[in-house]
Amino acid sequence: MDLKKLEEIPKNYLKEILGSLSKLEKLKKIPFFTGIHFKDAERALERKIETYKSVERDARRVWKIVELSRNDNRPQCRDYIKGIFEDFVDLSGDRLTGEDKSIIAGLGKINGRTVAAIGHNKGKDIKERMIYNFGMGIPQGYRKSQRIMELADRFGFPIVTFIDTPGAYPAIEAEDDGQAGAIAKSISVMFKVKVPIIVVLVGEGGSGGALALAIGNEVAMLENSTYSVISPEGCAAILWKNPSGTKLAARELRLTSGDLLKLKIIDRVIPEPLGGAQNAPERMVKIVKRYVTGALERYVRISGDELKSAKASKFESMGFFNKE
Amino acid sequence: MEKNKCKNCNKEIENEIFVLNLWVCPYCNYHHTIDARDRLQITADSNSFNELGKNISSVDFLNFYDIKSYGERLKETRLKASLDDAIIVGDAQIEGNDVALGIMDFGFMGGSMGSVVGEKIKILSNYSIGKNIPLVIFCTSGGARMQEGTISLMQMAKTVSSIGRVKENRIPYITVITNPTSGGVSASFATIADIIIAEPHALFCFAGPRVIKQTIKKNPPPDFGSAERNLKNGQVDMIVNRGDLKDTLANLLRLFRG
Ligand SMILES: [Zn+2]
Repeated sequence: MDLKKLEEIPKNYLKEILGSLSKLEKLKKIPFFTGIHFKDAERALERKIETYKSVERDARRVWKIVELSRNDNRPQCRDYIKGIFEDFVDLSGDRLTGEDKSIIAGLGKINGRTVAAIGHNKGKDIKERMIYNFGMGIPQGYRKSQRIMELADRFGFPIVTFIDTPGAYPAIEAEDDGQAGAIAKSISVMFKVKVPIIVVLVGEGGSGGALALAIGNEVAMLENSTYSVISPEGCAAILWKNPSGTKLAARELRLTSGDLLKLKIIDRVIPEPLGGAQNAPERMVKIVKRYVTGALERYVRISGDELKSAKASKFESMGFFNKE
Repeated sequence: MEKNKCKNCNKEIENEIFVLNLWVCPYCNYHHTIDARDRLQITADSNSFNELGKNISSVDFLNFYDIKSYGERLKETRLKASLDDAIIVGDAQIEGNDVALGIMDFGFMGGSMGSVVGEKIKILSNYSIGKNIPLVIFCTSGGARMQEGTISLMQMAKTVSSIGRVKENRIPYITVITNPTSGGVSASFATIADIIIAEPHALFCFAGPRVIKQTIKKNPPPDFGSAERNLKNGQVDMIVNRGDLKDTLANLLRLFRG
């Protein structure tokens, strides 16, 4: 075997390959083993090395998407609202304990029709990020979202949500205020409403905090956005027990729009301008506007009962398992 | 005589006393984690349990590989754990009251919720609706099963939707929070119950103490996420000792009958 190949093996797999190699060398010393077996074993090992190399390449490709999804210059919820809605009014507060600025909610017009918009907003510079808490929601925000969704449902306004969050805010106060219950209730309310819900993942779709706004009749994802059960960093810390696994974790989690469309977790991928939304933010907003307008036209024709039951059966059919 | 050490106060407990006391420390009332089979035995009337959804099992549909493949992890865990996955569901009686009963097991990959947990809860919900009997779920989980990627996140939606139909049918839904219950299970079916009961000291939160520590760069208070703190904050209805759980559940089930 060409030992030069070993230099190209991703570090994470080097131990395993070296182990197999030394086993092979030991076997070679047994007198009655014939050469042909070794050839096969060596070929198998080389195939394995090739696989590992391609996994590593793929992980680098996925990591680029993760970085794009977090790019500061991507349009954010506020930009989409400005570009898509007319006469938009921000609404605040959960009417219980407070206001969460990380989640924007309000009413505006699209093509003369009143539509509710709700979404996470990360903020673009450090000052904005502090105000919006990096798009990490607290119970007050999820409860505000529930309030606006219930209001929209009563008046028959369709709902559009924009997802862009690293996840719910992990803090003692948020936990004390019932973070888990607030997220669960948000999911539950989204299943109850009978108006059309269009969900657009525009950046980072981080875990339960994202899902709390993402139960849609149609769930669309910008090409370079992500949607994941845990951040690659968090996953690597738990499973690889090492940050060196971060890029591989990003690949294994299947968090890209292409993967999620195949898994039927999302319904549609919205293409981005060449190189990513950050290169042409205004054009990106226009593309999303065209999508949202079209989607609303399609969904407002469907009856509320049908919308509700189709949404339930879509999400209830998600899952892969063996059945004897 | 075989002895066990209390995980909280370190005192030695004779095996016989430990079992008789339902794996609760007689000196400090610490409730030790128990597996789903033991939980079933101390909860349901004897021979009343009929398992549902026995024929479904987890599969490595993403070829998820960290330092080991998910398929291999599943194989290893099945040999060790008391169940074939992180939940067992079925119909049962609690002091003569019919219930659709689900019990999670922390020993199976940290009670993590993947497709099988989601599907079994859906099966159980449909059964509860079909028979018009209350739904009771004992929760324990570290969160979603990462090895199933975003599909595991979707199980939060799936379980909330299934159980939402139970609630729409005006069927009582009760959860019992046992140590620990966190992450995706907390933020989905565990917290949408009509009644939430917690065992003493059970950790019940969305983000666990380790994640909180990373964010605030110091240790959270010792009672962070505890059942007692949750009771004070209005997040659970009551804390009930393991020995009283069966009676409490039976009483609630009778009350819901009106
Ligand atoms: Zn003790």
